[in-house]
Amino acid sequence: MKLKAIAAAVCVCGVTLAAHAQISGNTVKIGFITDMSGLYTDIDGAGGAEAIKMAIADAGGNINGKKIEFISADHQNKADIAASKAREWFDQQGVDMLIGGTNSGANLAMAKVAAEKKKIFISIGAGSARLTNEECTPYTVHYAYDTVALARGTGSAILKQGGKTWYFLTADYAFGQSLEKDTADFVKANGGKVLGSVKHPLSASDFSSFLLQAQSSGAQILGLANAGGDAINSIKAANEFGINKKMKLVGLLIFINDIHSLGLNLTQGMYLTDGWYWDMNDDTRAWSKRYFEKMKKEPSMLQAADYSATANYLKAVKALGTDDSDKVMAYLKANKISDMFTKNGVIRPDGRMVHDMYLMEVKKPSDSKYPWDYYKIVSTIPGDQAYVTKAETKCALWK
Amino acid sequence: MNKIGYGIALLIALAAPVLGGYPPFLSKLLCFALFACAFNLLIGYTGLLSFGHAAFFGMAGYAAGNALKVWGWPMELGILFGVAVAAVLGLVMGALAIRRQGIYFAMITLALAQMVYFAALRAGEWTGGEDGLQGVPRGKLLGLIDLGNDLTLYYLVLAIAIGGFALIVRIVHSPFGQVLKAIKENEPRAISLGYDVDKYKLLAFVLSASLAGLAGAVNTLVQGFETLTDVHWTMSGLVILMTLVGGMGTLAGPVLGAMLIIALENKLGDLGLFMASVTHIEWFNTLGEAVNMVTGFIFVACVLLFRRGIIGEIIARFAGNTKPA
Amino acid sequence: MNEIFGVPLPAMMSQLLLGLVNGSFYAMLSLGLAVIFGLLNVINFSHGALYMMGAFLAWMGIEYFHLNYWIMLVLAPLVVGLFGVIIERTMLRWLYQLDHLYGLLLTFGITLMVEGVFRSFYGVSGQPFSVPEQLSGATDLGFMLLPNYRGWVVLASLVVCLSTWFVIEKTKLGSYLRAGTENPKLVEAFGVNVPLMVTLTYGFGVALAGFAGVLAAPVIQVQPLMGQNLIIVVFAVVVIGGMGSILGSILTGLGLGVIEGLTKVFYPEFSSTVVFLVMVVVLLLRPAGLFGKEK
Repeated sequence: MKLKAIAAAVCVCGVTLAAHAQISGNTVKIGFITDMSGLYTDIDGAGGAEAIKMAIADAGGNINGKKIEFISADHQNKADIAASKAREWFDQQGVDMLIGGTNSGANLAMAKVAAEKKKIFISIGAGSARLTNEECTPYTVHYAYDTVALARGTGSAILKQGGKTWYFLTADYAFGQSLEKDTADFVKANGGKVLGSVKHPLSASDFSSFLLQAQSSGAQILGLANAGGDAINSIKAANEFGINKKMKLVGLLIFINDIHSLGLNLTQGMYLTDGWYWDMNDDTRAWSKRYFEKMKKEPSMLQAADYSATANYLKAVKALGTDDSDKVMAYLKANKISDMFTKNGVIRPDGRMVHDMYLMEVKKPSDSKYPWDYYKIVSTIPGDQAYVTKAETKCALWK
Repeated sequence: MNKIGYGIALLIALAAPVLGGYPPFLSKLLCFALFACAFNLLIGYTGLLSFGHAAFFGMAGYAAGNALKVWGWPMELGILFGVAVAAVLGLVMGALAIRRQGIYFAMITLALAQMVYFAALRAGEWTGGEDGLQGVPRGKLLGLIDLGNDLTLYYLVLAIAIGGFALIVRIVHSPFGQVLKAIKENEPRAISLGYDVDKYKLLAFVLSASLAGLAGAVNTLVQGFETLTDVHWTMSGLVILMTLVGGMGTLAGPVLGAMLIIALENKLGDLGLFMASVTHIEWFNTLGEAVNMVTGFIFVACVLLFRRGIIGEIIARFAGNTKPA
Repeated sequence: MNEIFGVPLPAMMSQLLLGLVNGSFYAMLSLGLAVIFGLLNVINFSHGALYMMGAFLAWMGIEYFHLNYWIMLVLAPLVVGLFGVIIERTMLRWLYQLDHLYGLLLTFGITLMVEGVFRSFYGVSGQPFSVPEQLSGATDLGFMLLPNYRGWVVLASLVVCLSTWFVIEKTKLGSYLRAGTENPKLVEAFGVNVPLMVTLTYGFGVALAGFAGVLAAPVIQVQPLMGQNLIIVVFAVVVIGGMGSILGSILTGLGLGVIEGLTKVFYPEFSSTVVFLVMVVVLLLRPAGLFGKEK
């Protein structure tokens, strides 16, 4: 009987093994691993995959005769699934370039695999600045944003607006803590004061208690060093308890999807920093219209970055006539990025793509004229002021 | 009969990479198979349902990871350190939990595992928080054989998995194992026969925790990193599912269950793409996003129809018993 | 100004009050679970998903059918209850004779499926849901401003909890229910339709979860995964209170809200984990929970 059991086991193994024993050649293959089913689905997810497909289609579907192929996978917010998929794709599927979606832990793991395999890895959705700092590699590009840029962008812009005293509501994990620290350091170094902070557990359901503590500090600015559902629930509670009338709410990491799910009533007057907005200029509007037709929602910064990164990669490959990682990487670092995502983007030696960030204020409901008309651009923060500078970097590639 | 079965399984395992298997994925399967077998020692053979086994799997991983990366220990010592940490953790958690029975035992293990998760989350220096402990080196076997090669590592993992599995078989068939079975079936009677039931349960718990730790430490070695996913309560739930699907209380069951579930998690997307191309039904393309739903469906189907698990059902059929349990 | 442990008195009082507000919500949420376990011996892991369903149905009713919050407060629980009846009839009833484990695993599987379905249609960002007109605004209590909606949550929770407890412990219907699960054959012999009673009880228990969902919708983001983190806390509450005891889970829910509230002041990072510490301590001291009877 055990024999039959073992036989059954073998069949199962056989099926799983058979599913992936091909290697492709003579194509440019792009892989995309992100969260397609968990907390970060909406800001990247399937929309990101769609954006990448748009870039491939816009490049004509092939480069000098080599077909461009695309595969995507859901890492379910598990770094081990992301890393194993990445490894398997490089070894067995002939993937030439990997795009990393959300989740910093997954991106850090994938970056290491890509470096080992000497393939280009473009991280779009991760926030951790470690990717181009302590953990930088010659093959990593960090494209859309990082926590340092958000912190400094927001910090500097708000200080200029007169917001001098701060209190932070921070999510108790590395991401939240680094957002808080980077912003707090900047505020203190530039004439502001941090009156206190409170750390809440991830995915706490009730924020009333933390918000009252914030209010009693008397600070002008309430910095929300959290993201996603936590940020949304914090904002809802802040409205309920009238805290948004006494303190100015500043979201340190807010995406347009979050504003959409809260509605303008609750978010009007809030400040946030974003790297891109669909309604910024004619180019962004044109592209977003095409995206909207497919996805029925306006794109977030990440989805736009997915498109831009892919398009620029393909441009490099076409110009060089090869998808050799080292040559393409050199090209990317040597040429400016100028497209609908940014007009003056530069990829530095440490892999960081530096571009302008924007301080936005959320519009009042009466000022919003059409669906998704949510932001007013208050100021532009030049890229070289927002990101980690050469003097501060811990990356050996940029010394 | 059994020996022939094991012999064939061994041959297949040895030949798997040659047959087209992808070594890192196979290594991962083996680690989780060991994890499920370790868990099964407790539920299938002692009757104790632990809801916190992820604590052992994950903490051993973090311990081994730190030993290998931060302290630069040789590979063997790093793994052993991971096992030792899991054993100590198992001793502490077990001592607290076995004071209670049934669902209360399970809830205490869950609560303690949650506190371990919290500790792992906050101890950013040791665990890297949610960024994870990255860059764990593979080192060399016995200082000689470089484990950077995926294939070499696979055979090492296979050897360790076989060792662990053999140990479990030995335990189950020993007098100690018989007492565990007696405790599972009728604890009051075991007590009345004079056995110090608590000591047996605690020892079983520690053994199970240590082997789960071995699986976790080796898994970290294979992956090169360790993250909070491995100490989260959903990981504890996953190992329960693996054992349930494969067959609780059977030796081969958890192995099969682990392989199925890991294959599901990692390959469902590929399967969907494959079925979409074969049947031309668009919907299959989105199957990759439905891992949770499919997992849920399997839970429901197993509980309602295949309660004994796949291996359990097969064994029962051959024993001439065709009634569902 | 007076201070307690370095915290000013008004601040302490407001935190305690907030703790009670949250506690009444926990009591409401764990009530359904306690009813189902106490009377049916089923560990209903799908409680979180059904709570989410209640919130979503309320949103759908308002968004698609232009009903209002008050109607949905009654309608959503009914629909969730109906769904529960279907689950019980088709799946759960086969498992009553078995170990608790199977009911738990089945309902866990149902959770994954329900959450997955909602997520595939609605994504995870959540749906806008505002506080109903009549309950908006806040009342100045002197030491703090309490939003009226929170006051309503306390009122509704306490009313529902106490009436449920009253019906089950003090009325004839409740006694049939309790007898029917202890000794079904005997009670059936008296002419009471026990299977129907069991089904309706499960339906009622999950309807309570749905009701909690509607209560939560204006203050907690309505999204498919909203029940995920709450479910193990609710479990902990029921276990601490004693798995057979309805009064136990109500009092524990309130108590936990207060304990959590205090933790948020002194050690905020631990506030989501403190319930587990309490659970270990209680279980070690009182094996069947605070008010439970060891079976």
